[in-house]
Amino acid sequence: MSTSTNTIEELSMREYKWGFVTDIEAETAPRGLNEDVIRFISAKKNEPEWLLEWRLKAYRHWLTMEEPRWPNVKYDAIDYQDIIYYSAPKQKKRPQSLDEVDPEILRTYEKLGIPLAEQQMLAGVAVDAVFDSVSVATTFKERLRELGIIFCSFSEAVQEHPELVRKYLGSVVPYTDNFFATLNSAVFSDGSFCYIPKGVRCPMELSTYFRINAADTGQFERTLIVAEEGSYVSYLEGCTAPMRDTNQLHAAVVELIAVGDNAQIKYSTVQNWYPGDKDGKGGIYNFVTKRGKCIGKNSKISWTQVETGSAITWKYPSIILQGEGSVGEFYSVAVVNNYQQADTGTKMIHMGKNTSSTIVSKGISAGFGQNSYRGLVKVQKSADNARNFSQCDSLLLGDKCGAHTFPYIEVKNRTARVEHEASTSKIGEDQIFYCKQRGLSTEDAVNLIVNGFCKEVFRELPMEFAVEAQKLLGISLEGSVG
Amino acid sequence: MLEIRNLHAEVNGNEILRGVTLTVKAGEVHAIMGPNGSGKSTLAQVLAGREAYEVTEGEVLYKGKNLLEMDPEERAREGVFLAFQYPVEIPGITNAYFLKSALNALRKHKGLEEIDAIEFLTLVKEKLKLVDMEQSFLNRSVNEGFSGGEKKRNEIFQLAVLDPTLAILDETDSGLDIDALRIVADGVNKLRKPENATIVVTHYQRLLNYLFPDFVHVLVDGRIVKSGGKELALQLEEKGYDWLREEAEAVGVHA
Repeated sequence: MSTSTNTIEELSMREYKWGFVTDIEAETAPRGLNEDVIRFISAKKNEPEWLLEWRLKAYRHWLTMEEPRWPNVKYDAIDYQDIIYYSAPKQKKRPQSLDEVDPEILRTYEKLGIPLAEQQMLAGVAVDAVFDSVSVATTFKERLRELGIIFCSFSEAVQEHPELVRKYLGSVVPYTDNFFATLNSAVFSDGSFCYIPKGVRCPMELSTYFRINAADTGQFERTLIVAEEGSYVSYLEGCTAPMRDTNQLHAAVVELIAVGDNAQIKYSTVQNWYPGDKDGKGGIYNFVTKRGKCIGKNSKISWTQVETGSAITWKYPSIILQGEGSVGEFYSVAVVNNYQQADTGTKMIHMGKNTSSTIVSKGISAGFGQNSYRGLVKVQKSADNARNFSQCDSLLLGDKCGAHTFPYIEVKNRTARVEHEASTSKIGEDQIFYCKQRGLSTEDAVNLIVNGFCKEVFRELPMEFAVEAQKLLGISLEGSVG
Repeated sequence: MLEIRNLHAEVNGNEILRGVTLTVKAGEVHAIMGPNGSGKSTLAQVLAGREAYEVTEGEVLYKGKNLLEMDPEERAREGVFLAFQYPVEIPGITNAYFLKSALNALRKHKGLEEIDAIEFLTLVKEKLKLVDMEQSFLNRSVNEGFSGGEKKRNEIFQLAVLDPTLAILDETDSGLDIDALRIVADGVNKLRKPENATIVVTHYQRLLNYLFPDFVHVLVDGRIVKSGGKELALQLEEKGYDWLREEAEAVGVHA
C-alpha cells in the first residue's frame, strides 16, 4: 500500500508538460485597454475602417456592461487595465511560407506534437497555428483552395475576403452579446476563418492550435466557420499555455453558421490550457462564447468538447436551430482536478419545425475541483415537433470535490418532447480493486473507468483526437485517487 | 506455493480471521467450506489484497515471498487471481479491451512485449469455447447488464486468459443453475496444471461434485477446524456444520 501511495504522490507532482516558455521577440501593445489600444491593434492588422468602427462600438458598449457573477465559479476580480491585449512574435512581414516562420515557434509546435511542416503531417489534418495573438502558419492551404475551401487566419480573411467576414462577423454572436464576447469583439487579434462552398465535403480535418506564450497577455481569438448548402466540415481546436503563477485571460468567440440546406459543421475542442498548480495558483481563465446557427433546412451543427485544462472554464457552446429539421448536438467531457472550476454546458434554441437536439454531458470532478453543468433547452412557439434528449452524468473521484447540475427547460410549444436524464456517481473502490486484481495499476484503473464513463463523447471525436483526449484525461487525473 | 501461517485479520475492528494456517502446493485443489460468516470470503479477499481488511497477525508466503507486503496489482502480476463473488461492472469498457489491458500488464511484468491484436483474438476465441460463450461477448461492456451466470462465466473466462499460478474462486457457484455450474467447473478442470493451484471457497458441496478437490478444509469462526479429503465435503452436506463447532469446542479450540 505504501508504494502505491508514493507513486500517486510522485505522479501528482509531475508537471504540466506543456508549460514551457518559448524565447522569442514579441511585439506587444501597451498594457491596459482604451480606444488607442484598439486603434493600435486594428492598425497593426491593417484593417478596413468598418472593422475598426465595429471594434470601437463594441468597446464603448463594453464600458457600459458589468462582469457576470452568476456562474458557479469563484475568482478574484480581473483588472482589465493590467492585461496586454496584443502580443505578436516579431517578424518582418507576414510569413508567406513555413520557411519564413521563426524556427523557435516551429520548435514550440513540434514540442507540442503539432508538426507544421506538411510532409510530417498526418494526412488529412490541416492546421492553423495561433501563437499568442497571431496566426503563424496555415498548412494545406493550397490543396483546400483548389476545392474552393477558404481556410486561413482571421486577419488574412479580413484582407482577402472582406465581404464574407463583414457578412457573417457578429451574425451569431453580436458584439453586444455578453461581457466577454463584447470585450473580444473590441480587442480580438486573430483566429481562424473557414468557408466551405456549396456541395463541397471538406476532405480533411481542419484544425487550429492555440498557444499562449507571452506573460500577462490575454488571448482573444475569433473563429468563424461558414458552411454553404450541402457542404460538410469537421474542425478541431487544441490549446495549451506555459505555466505561470498569475492568471491569464482567454476570451474567445466562435461563430458557426450552417447557411444552406443540409450543411453540416462538426466542431471538436480539446482544451488543455494550463490549469494552475496543485494549490490553485495560476492558470487560465477560459471565458469563451461559442455559438452556432443552423439556418438551412436539415442542417446540422455538432459540438464536441473535452475540457481538461484551465483554472476556470466558463462556456456554453450553443446552437440556434432555425432551419426546419435542423439538428444540434453537444457532447462534452469536463474534468476538474485540484482547484479547477468549470461551469459549462449548452443552449439549444429550437425555432424551426421538426428540429432536434441531443446533449450528452460527462462531468468528472477530482481533488477540490468544482464542476457544474448548466444547460438550457428552449422550444419556441414556432418549433412544432421539436425533440430534445439530454443526459448529464457526473463522476466524483474523492470526497472533497463537487458536481452540480443546473438544467433549464423552457417549452412554449405543446408538441415538443424534451427528455432529461441525470446521474451522479462516485468512482467505486470496488471497480478500482477489481482492475488492480487483474494486474492494472491504480492510475490505469482510474483511467480505464473514467474513459469508459466518457465513451459516448469520445466516440464523437475524430480518431486521432480521441486517442489524444484519452491520454490527456489520464494526465489530468493523475494522483486523484489515493 | 502458498503458506498461510496463523493469519489474523479484521475489518472495522471486528476480528474475522483468528489464526488460519494452510499450505497449498502446486498441482493441488483445495476447497474451503464453512457456514455463512465464518470468514471464507474474507480469507479470499485478504489473499487478493483488499485494503479494507487489516492483517493484525500472522504471515502469508507465496512462492517464498511475503504476499502481504505486495500491492493487489503486484499480487495479480505474480499470478494470484481472484474470481470475484460479485464481479464488478465497468460501463463503457469492452470485455476485450479490459482483458487485453490486464493481459498486457501481466506480460509487461514478465518482461514480454504487448500481445498483438491477432494473437490476442486467437487466444480469447479459444478460451471463450471453454466457458461456452459467443464472440459477441467480447464487445460487451465488462459485466454490464450480464446475468449472474454470465458474470461468473466471465470470471472463469478471464481466469483462462490470464492463466494464473494461484486461482482463488470465491463462491463462484452461488447463483448458478446446474448447467452453468457444470460449465464453470469444466472450465476450471481443464485449466488444471501440475504447476498451478486452485483454492475454491464455497458454502455448498455441489460444486465439489464436479471439481474434485484434493483437500477440503472447514472454516468456522475464523479458524480451520477440520481438514480432510473429498469425503469431508460429503459429510458436511449430510450433517451440516454444527457438529464441527461442537467438536472444536470439545477439544478446546475457542473462538
